[in-house]
Amino acid sequence: MVSRQRLWRVLSVFALMALLLAGCGDPRLNALTPKGTAGDMQLDLITLSILIMLGVFAVVITIFVYVLIRYRKKKGVTREVKQVHGSTLLEIVWTVIPIILLAILAVPTVQTTFKLAAAQPKTEDALKIKVTGYQYWWEFEYLNANGKRFKTAQELHIPAGEKVYLEIHGKDVLHSFWVPALAGKIDVVPGRVNTMWIDAKQPGKYQGKCAELCGAGHALMDFKVYAHSKGDFDNWVAQQTTPYKPQTVAEKEGEKIFKQNCISCHANPNPKIKGPDLSKFGTRETIAGILSHNETNLKKWLEDPESVKPGARMPKINYLNDQEMKNLMEYLMKSK
Amino acid sequence: MGTLLILLVLTLFLAAILTGGYNKEFLLRARQTKVWDWLTTVDHKKIGIMYFLSGFFFLLIGGLEAIFMRLQLAVPNNDLFTGDIFNQLLTMHGTTMIFLAAMPMIFGLINVIMPLQIGARDVAFPFLNSLGFWLFFWGGILLNLSWFFGGAPNAGWTSYTSLALNSYSPGLGVDYYVLGLQITGIGSLMSGINFIATIINMRTPGMTFLRMPMFTWTSFVTSALLVFAMPPLTVALLLLMFDRVFGAAIFDHAMGGSSVIWQHLFWIFGHPEVYIVILPAFGIMSEIISTFSKKRLFGYTSMVFATVLIGFLGFMVWVHHMFTVGLGPMSNSIFAVATMAIAVPTGIKVFNWLFTMWGGEIHFKTPMLWAVGFVPTFVIGGMTGVMLSVPPADYQYQDSYFVVAHFHYVLVGGTAFALFAGAYYWWPKMFGKMLSEKLGKWHFWLFFIGFHMTFFPQHFLGLFGMPRRVFTYQANHGLELLNLISSIGVIGMTLGTIFFMVAVVQAARSKELAPADPWDGRTLEWSIPSPVPEYNFAQLPLVRGADAFWLEKQAGNKEMTPAEPLGSIHMPSGSYIPMLMSLGLFVAGYGFVVKSWIIGAIGIAFTFIMMYIRSFEQDFGYHIEPEEINGSAKAKEVKA
Repeated sequence: MVSRQRLWRVLSVFALMALLLAGCGDPRLNALTPKGTAGDMQLDLITLSILIMLGVFAVVITIFVYVLIRYRKKKGVTREVKQVHGSTLLEIVWTVIPIILLAILAVPTVQTTFKLAAAQPKTEDALKIKVTGYQYWWEFEYLNANGKRFKTAQELHIPAGEKVYLEIHGKDVLHSFWVPALAGKIDVVPGRVNTMWIDAKQPGKYQGKCAELCGAGHALMDFKVYAHSKGDFDNWVAQQTTPYKPQTVAEKEGEKIFKQNCISCHANPNPKIKGPDLSKFGTRETIAGILSHNETNLKKWLEDPESVKPGARMPKINYLNDQEMKNLMEYLMKSK
Repeated sequence: MGTLLILLVLTLFLAAILTGGYNKEFLLRARQTKVWDWLTTVDHKKIGIMYFLSGFFFLLIGGLEAIFMRLQLAVPNNDLFTGDIFNQLLTMHGTTMIFLAAMPMIFGLINVIMPLQIGARDVAFPFLNSLGFWLFFWGGILLNLSWFFGGAPNAGWTSYTSLALNSYSPGLGVDYYVLGLQITGIGSLMSGINFIATIINMRTPGMTFLRMPMFTWTSFVTSALLVFAMPPLTVALLLLMFDRVFGAAIFDHAMGGSSVIWQHLFWIFGHPEVYIVILPAFGIMSEIISTFSKKRLFGYTSMVFATVLIGFLGFMVWVHHMFTVGLGPMSNSIFAVATMAIAVPTGIKVFNWLFTMWGGEIHFKTPMLWAVGFVPTFVIGGMTGVMLSVPPADYQYQDSYFVVAHFHYVLVGGTAFALFAGAYYWWPKMFGKMLSEKLGKWHFWLFFIGFHMTFFPQHFLGLFGMPRRVFTYQANHGLELLNLISSIGVIGMTLGTIFFMVAVVQAARSKELAPADPWDGRTLEWSIPSPVPEYNFAQLPLVRGADAFWLEKQAGNKEMTPAEPLGSIHMPSGSYIPMLMSLGLFVAGYGFVVKSWIIGAIGIAFTFIMMYIRSFEQDFGYHIEPEEINGSAKAKEVKA
């Protein structure tokens, strides 16, 4: 009876601790408070396996603590120790029970594995996005957003409450596409196309990460996922597909500088020198996926990209005079 | 090349000056020194000690790298070690700890203890044993030279392609990784073969397979794993060497190669490797738990079969490291279920340990403290292991700090705890001195608390969205507090290790000799004096059951019954060749790293010359006569 009481005490302490700790993370990237269907399915399996394992742990710890207290060497007492060779019954018990427990875990595991792998859309008009990982940034190409095809970088916008199908392409080294709050990860493998689906149950902003070591800038290869309501998403698509026309003199001058200095990488298909598509740079919320979107940070990035992101491939743009720099930044920030 | 020659000439010149002329007398004197004795030894105990101590040296280096990384990660957006330097630290930490610390320290214990446990006078191939050690040593040195000449490897200890290819890691780092590991790898393979031959052929009369101590059994299975797991690594490293050094394109997707092949080859080696370092830990724990509970191992036969089963299944699960590669739900499911299956024999072991203690009389000496700390820690590592085997859940855990926490619970909570336990347990047998109980307890508690403080929070860091191998994280992402706690925990582990070193120095200085059987041991190594004489057993012992020495003590005998009359003992003579043969490969490795074919050729030629000398050497060994054995035994008695 004592051992059962202790077991419940241990279990409830662990459950309490887990609850407390689960709330500690940031909801934008906490896998324990998922905001997507895939994340939910994964959390269910995490919970099931944790519960089974905590049960086993409780049994082990109960026996362990009991043994350590009951059979420790006491001063001045010598006990006759029986040299037993084992017990067939006990050994069968602790072979068969784990097998049963693992079977209980294995069935939903296999089911969910197949469910998550069904990543081909059933309907023609399901939103498909081609995701490509580069050192150290992400490209998102919308293949059929409201019938339109266009590219963005570092920011993935999706309609909430709808499954979005991702085609994952790799061009240079391994990366791994991970939005902890929405779904588990899948590797970006050069020379291979992987597929997965992702959804967000509610509109919101989520943090994405590269999870596979990809070089010096790996830690900063962040991106964001924005889940919009249907109307907002349509507006966003419309905005992204309406070309930006420079208005002021400064913007026009800036465009010239951009075309002379930047376009050779920022519109180049060669993966070794390719940079992100910047045609809608003004709509972004981050610079290089990590700095907040303002002129000071833009200048910092342009003048020395490697000081922000080690290993970044972009050369330093530190040869422009003040006026040229101002015009270039004006052009970039206004390109909405 | 020029610098090398100048250095060489300078060393010879200095040696000549310092020794008063380069002459025969000097050589003779050199041969009588202790250093020469250790450099040329083929005695399994000395080789074991060299393995253990140099492994510990590399453990300190790997630990220092870990301290640097936790310093960097203590606060968000820190700029102490960023970008490529951090990647070098994490790569060298992993590589050093696995290949240059855990494996050699395990080989050290196996080398010293296993022949004693089976009642042998040495391993089957003493020369090969020495060669294995020196290959490991020079390989390790080559790997660590990278810090000073050309930058350390930076593509992770897994060295995944295509990051590890020239186009993305253009420095010399990964070349050091490839060649350094290739050289140590040959050594590991040799050790595996040697241990297997020893256990099969050199057991003393009566020592049947099912009477062998658990540590010997786990060494046996580990050696078998080495023999089957090292070749895939050798192949992988060779292919990577072709890609990097000779411009092949096996792993280069842009040239029609495949980067996934590397992952398969690496993990076909890598997963059994986990069992190579954990099975002997199980063995050490089995010995210690049984000895300090004064009770024979519960369910010995099932323990043996569980060990064999774990070793076998270890080859069937490598894809669980690759669940997110996108190999499809079918292969993910198959490997998931295979992985879960390993939990069954592992569980059997845990329950057998618990029931060994049940009904025993537990003495909390330092080795037992480590064993007692090991059980719950390893169980947590095993639990997270089962959790990781579930592919959909693994899509969240993979490459996050959850995985980091898991394998440190297994490799530190399992292997490192066992190595410390083994050190305290067998130190008297290895060095003839006892390690301080008081310092040992400080070591244990500081290390144990520090360990859990460092790694327990990392489970949650992973689930909160922190990927592994990142040099920083952003503020306000809910990761600050746990990272800080994790970094503070390192202090405990560091202090604990310092206490261990103090205990070692204290023991080395102390004049007090250890008794032959300080722990009331059960196996053969405790039936002979500490430290062990070079011939181990004056007469081979006759084994009458499992826990052979304990049985004799129960029957009222103070010593083992001899299985042979006292006679002259044949011993192998020492040799300088293994050290030089490996040195040749070290030089060749360095040559290939810096792409100087001349140095490479010189190194390989040197190795071949050494092999040639060895082939035509007439070495009949020497004999120790019964009078000498009696003499030394009597001298001991007089002292006592």
